[in-house]
Amino acid sequence: MGKTFKTIDDAVIRFAGDSGDGMQLTGGRFTETTASIGNDLSTLPDFPAEIRAPAGSLAGVSAFQIHFSSKDIHTPGDDPDVLVAMNPAALKVHQKEITPGGTIIINTDSFTKKNLNFAGYDSNPVEDGTLDDYFTVIPIEMNKLVTAACEGIELSPKFVIRTKNFFALGVLYYMYDRPLEATEKWLEKKFAGKDVIIEANKKAMYAGYNYADTTELFTTRFKVEKAVLPEGTYRNINGNHATSLGLLAASEKSGLKLFFGGYPITPASDILHTLAAWKHFGVQTFQAEDEIAGICSIIGASFTGNLAVTSTSGPGIALKGEAMGLAVMTELPMVIINVQRGGPSTGLPTKTEQSDLNQALYGRNGEAPLPVVAAATPGDCFYAAYEASRIALKYMTPVVLLTDGYLANGSEPWKIPDVDNLDPIDVEFIQGVKDGEEFMPYKRDEETLSRPWAIPGVPGLEHRIGGLEKAENTGHVSYDPDNHHRMVELRQEKVNRIQNDIAETEVFGEENGDVLILSWGGTFGSCRSAVETLHEHKKSVSHVHIRWISPLPKDLGEIIIKFKNVLVPEINMGQFIKLIRSEYLVDAKGLNQVNGKPISASKIVETVNEMIG
Amino acid sequence: MSDVNTPTYTKKDFESDQSVRWCPGCGDYGILAQTQKTMPTFGRKKEDFVFVSGIGCSSRFPYYMNAYGFHTIHGRAPAVASGVKIANPDLSVWVVTGDGDGLSIGGNHFMHALRRNMDLNILLFNNRIYGLTKGQYSPTSEVGKVTKATPYGSLDIPLNPPSLALGAQATFVARTIDRWQAHLSQMLERSYHHDGGSLIEIYQNCNIFNDNAFEEYTSADKFDNVIEVKHGEPMVFSKGTKGIKLEGFKATVVDMEKHSLDDLLVHDETNLDLAHIIANWTSHPVLPEPIGVIYSVDKPTYNSEMVSQVDSAIKAKGPGKVQDLLNAGDIWTVK
Repeated sequence: MGKTFKTIDDAVIRFAGDSGDGMQLTGGRFTETTASIGNDLSTLPDFPAEIRAPAGSLAGVSAFQIHFSSKDIHTPGDDPDVLVAMNPAALKVHQKEITPGGTIIINTDSFTKKNLNFAGYDSNPVEDGTLDDYFTVIPIEMNKLVTAACEGIELSPKFVIRTKNFFALGVLYYMYDRPLEATEKWLEKKFAGKDVIIEANKKAMYAGYNYADTTELFTTRFKVEKAVLPEGTYRNINGNHATSLGLLAASEKSGLKLFFGGYPITPASDILHTLAAWKHFGVQTFQAEDEIAGICSIIGASFTGNLAVTSTSGPGIALKGEAMGLAVMTELPMVIINVQRGGPSTGLPTKTEQSDLNQALYGRNGEAPLPVVAAATPGDCFYAAYEASRIALKYMTPVVLLTDGYLANGSEPWKIPDVDNLDPIDVEFIQGVKDGEEFMPYKRDEETLSRPWAIPGVPGLEHRIGGLEKAENTGHVSYDPDNHHRMVELRQEKVNRIQNDIAETEVFGEENGDVLILSWGGTFGSCRSAVETLHEHKKSVSHVHIRWISPLPKDLGEIIIKFKNVLVPEINMGQFIKLIRSEYLVDAKGLNQVNGKPISASKIVETVNEMIG
Repeated sequence: MSDVNTPTYTKKDFESDQSVRWCPGCGDYGILAQTQKTMPTFGRKKEDFVFVSGIGCSSRFPYYMNAYGFHTIHGRAPAVASGVKIANPDLSVWVVTGDGDGLSIGGNHFMHALRRNMDLNILLFNNRIYGLTKGQYSPTSEVGKVTKATPYGSLDIPLNPPSLALGAQATFVARTIDRWQAHLSQMLERSYHHDGGSLIEIYQNCNIFNDNAFEEYTSADKFDNVIEVKHGEPMVFSKGTKGIKLEGFKATVVDMEKHSLDDLLVHDETNLDLAHIIANWTSHPVLPEPIGVIYSVDKPTYNSEMVSQVDSAIKAKGPGKVQDLLNAGDIWTVK
């Protein structure tokens, strides 16, 4: 059957189905295969907070989007070119986001009257023609086809039907000309010892592939060539895994044992899970009784000389606030990770937001400044976690690392770093004082203003610290008014001096122009993509992405001033922009969207075009 | 870790240079003095001691001990101390807390530290009142307590720390009294030598806001309201004139003129059922207040199990190298 091959630069596909349909797994396999053939890619898992919402319900729809390309890409794509809808609810939820003219692959076997009703359809959209004007609809009886494919395998019909996600995967592999071997190997490893399951899934996948090949439903196949990426060895990585690896690398480079104390919370728990498996690196993980105990345990471990880390999400930071103040007061190094999610309160646990920036900057009683660093991409979480650790140890300060649900679960190909080339982390515990000298736990280093790290077990350095105000140098409890003012200043000045340690700001595009897009955190990809598009249209737009939000880089003021307009896209109501406006007295404009999803590049392009006409 | 080079300390070596700021006459002074006096007898280097406290009068304690100290935040001392102990299991870690700090705001951490059998020595100064905030009722105050916060009397039912600790799976539970200095010292020693989480509840008089709360156990003429329980010994009290007999689960006070020691309940600090029964004599209308080691058993500690997990993982997999981990799994090379 002659099918034409069309070479395209990039494609966006979305697998959507019921929570029980295995959509995250299917997306994960497509991602690994796509990564291994050398495309650049970016993914966006989108799943419900409920472990199992009622089958077939709108609330139970789980989706996985992947954007892959022969070019360097930065986002999981805006609207999908292809939607795989495993049930009516999945179609209902995602239908409005498909690119006009796009393709919808439907498992018609799940379009029963009951499921249609459940999804709120009065009539079957596959049959009533409502989709045909806009999309190419490919209806497939997946349940029937996998049942036929698995004939003769001793597996109950229930389990046979469950292989339908691999059928869909096979169809997509055919459409985009991907090899099946990596997935076969994965099945063999994942289900080792369960030969029937392996066989059934393989048969389903081949059935999908062959079905697409032999039927006339598919007229065109697509080729997405290898991306030209910088030389190096690559792997696919998601944000939480990269964060965990960054912490581990900091532990190895500093020679400090890694201690993690935390409490499970979506979407941060994977950091706990990942670190807990690394006992052979000497990592100690402590699942505490609550968020407060999580951070308090790391305060204790930091006092005792470990690289101490806790991770949580917004509601957990709210609980940790008082202890973060204690960490500021006692000037102990630690990394406090907030994998941001939708808020306030319990909010949207599985959706992404950047709305905890104010909480990170200001969410403590008193004047309690601490450094705040934010990761830009899933792979960048590694470097951000490493950098947070390095700064914490060098300046003897708690550091907040902000990532978000989108970065945490999203993935991208990542050039594997050489550990030897990472910035060194030199840590020194004070070993004693000269005879006759009194130990001064709050005597500061002239350059960094850090205080000495004196850990229990060292003779002659017995000292007491705590949350009460400290006298400068001696660290004794002090209620002296002038001393308090001085210490407040010193704690701020110490954070400010980190400016001397952070990289110069890079401007993507011209050094001056009509619009500067200023971003922080997970909006990096959308902003960079938008600017690239705008450059193609010869617009005078540049992009600056901020990594350290506290302290802000020294050179930012001089950069901002060279642009006529400043646009700050954020997934919040304008938290970073308020900082920028107050710090630099600039009339920056915000692009704010708080719907649990990343801001799309096209929305940024549109906004810039409106700004400059 | 003690070794042969351990200097011989005196009480003075454990006194810090900070002036003690409790109210004159406070029971805390006696506890501090007895702790400073007992520490040298352990034969351990003073740099290996860490005192961690929360917030409240009792929590000022670390400032006065010449050891490593951490005055943390309200209720959280057991959590901070847990981090210290896991980070360096060779340290002797002490938690100093009060009835408000340890049982009210910090009740959760208190319970979970004991449950894990984290090798912490928890000293719970129980004065049945909030002192630092100037006299509100606490979770161990008796029902009907009249305070500024409860002018019509408190409605709360007090909790019983040893029962709570036993319910939380504690492996060492003891009670002593600030004025029983020799006994207090013995309990500190027992706690120190117990490998695992230990609770010593110390009845401590707050002479400003709740004076004489423990008068009935400490004044010479009221000795019949208190019993010192000792492992392997029959339960006699009131200068040998009274004893306790167990009928089923019910303890009764008997007159020793009509009974012999053989009739009496014999304390077995390794018996959990018995420990629960004894703990229930707290503030009992008929039975005497139990003082002493109520329960003590050896179980694996969290901190030692953590060490062995790490050791066996390293043994099984070899010490990890980050570069190997980075390069693990599906990788590909771009040339």
